[in-house]
Amino acid sequence: MHLLIIGNGITGVTCALAVRKQLPEARITLVSAESAHHFSRPALMYVYMGHLRPQDLKPYEDWFWDKNRLGLVHATATALNPTENLLTLDNGTTLAYDQLLLATGSESKRHGWPGQHLAGVQGLYGLPDLEAMTRDTRGISRGVVVGGGLIGVELAEMLHSRGIEPLVLVRDAHYWGSVLPSAEANLVDRQFAENRVPVRYRTELREILGDAQGRVRAVVTTTGEEIACQWVGLATGVTPNIALARRAGIETDCGILVDEYLRTNVPNVYAAGDCAQHRQPGAGEVAIEQLWYTGRMQGETVAQTICGQSTAYRRGIWFNSAKFFNLEYQTYGQAPAAPTAGLESFYWEHPTGRAALRVYFRAGAPHAVVGFNALGLRLRQAQCEQWIRQQAPVATVMSHLGAANFDPEFFPQHEKAMVAAFNRQFPQHQVVLRQRKGLFSLLRK
Amino acid sequence: MSPSLPASSPAEKLTLAMVATGLLALLLALADADPGRQQTWLYLALGLVSIGTLTWSWLRFGRHPAGVQQNNLWQRASTGRGSVAWVTGLVLTGFYVVLYWYSSDDGQGNFGPLNNLVHGLDSFSRWLRARPADQWFLYGTFYTLAILLMGTRALWKYRHSRYQLIRTGSVMFFQLGFAFIIPALLQFFQQPEFYFSYFWPLKYDYLFPGTAAALVHNGGLGVFMVFWGAVMSLLATPVLTYFYGKRWYCSWVCGCGGLAETAGDPYRQLADKSRAAWRWEVRIIYPVLGLIVAITAVLWVNFALNSSLLGEVGSGAAKWYGFAIGAVFSGVIGVGFYPILGPRVWCRFGCPMAAYLGLLQKHFSRFRISTNGGQCISCGNCSNVCEMGIDVKQYAQRGEPIIRASCVGCGMCSTACPRGVVNLENGPREGRYQASPLIHADSLRILS
Repeated sequence: MHLLIIGNGITGVTCALAVRKQLPEARITLVSAESAHHFSRPALMYVYMGHLRPQDLKPYEDWFWDKNRLGLVHATATALNPTENLLTLDNGTTLAYDQLLLATGSESKRHGWPGQHLAGVQGLYGLPDLEAMTRDTRGISRGVVVGGGLIGVELAEMLHSRGIEPLVLVRDAHYWGSVLPSAEANLVDRQFAENRVPVRYRTELREILGDAQGRVRAVVTTTGEEIACQWVGLATGVTPNIALARRAGIETDCGILVDEYLRTNVPNVYAAGDCAQHRQPGAGEVAIEQLWYTGRMQGETVAQTICGQSTAYRRGIWFNSAKFFNLEYQTYGQAPAAPTAGLESFYWEHPTGRAALRVYFRAGAPHAVVGFNALGLRLRQAQCEQWIRQQAPVATVMSHLGAANFDPEFFPQHEKAMVAAFNRQFPQHQVVLRQRKGLFSLLRK
Repeated sequence: MSPSLPASSPAEKLTLAMVATGLLALLLALADADPGRQQTWLYLALGLVSIGTLTWSWLRFGRHPAGVQQNNLWQRASTGRGSVAWVTGLVLTGFYVVLYWYSSDDGQGNFGPLNNLVHGLDSFSRWLRARPADQWFLYGTFYTLAILLMGTRALWKYRHSRYQLIRTGSVMFFQLGFAFIIPALLQFFQQPEFYFSYFWPLKYDYLFPGTAAALVHNGGLGVFMVFWGAVMSLLATPVLTYFYGKRWYCSWVCGCGGLAETAGDPYRQLADKSRAAWRWEVRIIYPVLGLIVAITAVLWVNFALNSSLLGEVGSGAAKWYGFAIGAVFSGVIGVGFYPILGPRVWCRFGCPMAAYLGLLQKHFSRFRISTNGGQCISCGNCSNVCEMGIDVKQYAQRGEPIIRASCVGCGMCSTACPRGVVNLENGPREGRYQASPLIHADSLRILS
């Protein structure tokens, strides 16, 4: 069996490793236009900031691929012929396959702004973007970042690390309005303020202005403000990279359309990760998932089906994490930004504004916990998942909160203050803290 | 192509100029023939370097919001193996060569090229130890000062992490108290110079029969020192390592570790993370442990049998070990190459104490570094800051706990992790190697 995977990102590589484990004899080839070896996309920013070198982005040493007999081809796939099971590459070779996985990822969205093709305007998705940013931000004094999501804050932090003033345009009234409740977003805003990063909320990009050399010189916002800058980072999301699939006649919409087994409409052709669009996403789930974690899970899942054990993709209990300057963020389960019918939430914030916890639970008895937001605190994923899966009542969770504490040793423990705040906010549940932090107490409960 | 670095502020430049002037004053102390002025130059040098380093640390780290401060680490010539690093390495290596082989007292109170510096400390040494300075007192003073100054820098830099604050405070305390003041006070009171924070097999001669006999001969305190050395090496080490891992010593108490954690902190990212380096580590460090155990055993057998042949073999081997391992490996290479190979070369490849603690940590300990479910993004910041060259992300991205003989428990992987994935924990030994059970799309294990 020859499994051909287009894309060596987390989805493609996870699938390759999972298939290798189950089918030691299979021939597996990964094709990538972007890089000779798999690299960690979320870590791109650390190379720009000088925390890491480019070679440090590789999750595996170079010997790993040969040792696991994973063929790597560094070339662009130009044409796919799904009737004859053939893939043509830009280096002139053609590869025959038995099974094909499209894990082609995404590309940065451009919304058709005037001036968006000027030199010094870019997104941050891959290695070419990192190179462009390194080149185009040399010696500049200000960069404008468009977008109030995860990449937006990353770009701001990157510029800041070089002593370049970032200015961030955020469409919503607060940071990451689609995901974070305003209390949490305010803590992120404090990070912007502390690092002296100006943010314009309720403001979008209208136009990018260029100079005589075709380089960006300023942006104009929807509030009419003209902001001088020498670089513009577009962080308004990514869109699935479907060009190859579409040319091959595979059914697409925004992404490559797949069923719950991550199969496309063409036999033996699968799609997973950023580029895939679920025809029927699960309740409360989105059709296109563009995260490192979901890419990994989809890669793992599609590997089962490719190996002959048809396995439907189930996202499981949601989790995600990020870091906003010095503020870590973790979320588990269902954690909506806006008040939701049938759900209540308990929110605690440390007086310094550097730590917060929100616990979401059902309004009706027994008040089962459905999700968590943690800022400036580390929660134990296994514990949070267990509570959510078992629909543990909020009173139980609060009284055993220490079990979920994953902060390093000697860090201040806030469980007492959290429980006290909970008892004030919800006097009907009088909770007593029973469990402290640590692996031993985890066993004792 | 690397982007341009942000300019240092004028205040930062001023403090760096202060440090440079201090180093210049040190050269003047070396060159000046007048004993009075030598001492003035030396104290001026120490004062300028100290104030310059402390102020620079505050300007560089203290003024910025508390958090991970690694910007431009690999792009600076000083911390990214650039020209400044090579010059620093050469100077450090040269200092060790001169110190070890060209600075012994010639019998007339002349200490070679470092003579002026040694005598510059005479009055301080008389006050502290009731005797004139020698080259080892000079070394001890510089060493302790380096740990205190760069320790303060680390306190500024890592002030967002209580673990790092307490741990850094600990290495500063043990260096100043146990490795500098107490040995000096012992000398002041005409007692044997003894370091209560160094144990066999790192301080290999502490369990040699010759050392033990000399100490016992000295009377009550000497007997206690022998007892302390034996108990710490043979009893306390396994017990403490069982509960806390080898970190109780390597990154909290040990002086070599203390220097690496403070003065070596700017270089921790330089440790080689490759599998090849790991193989060399295993090939070298366990034979060193075997060697010193064998030498110690031979010396004791000789002591028991009073055999002259074994005595010659044993003392000859001990002497050779002292030169090759004690001086060349731990000093010249271990510290001299900080700016090129990272600060834990000796601890990782050579230290027999680390080997011994490592075996205990791997097989008889409650310590592990836990991985938090599936949150790892393979960014590699954990591996980057590992001074022991452990490729931490290999474990984290598989959801596995990190249990490695070499891990000194400095906690930097946990401090640097942007997603809260790694955490140093002491827990029950049962299930210690268990991977995170809950990273899956329902019934699937990720990368199992």
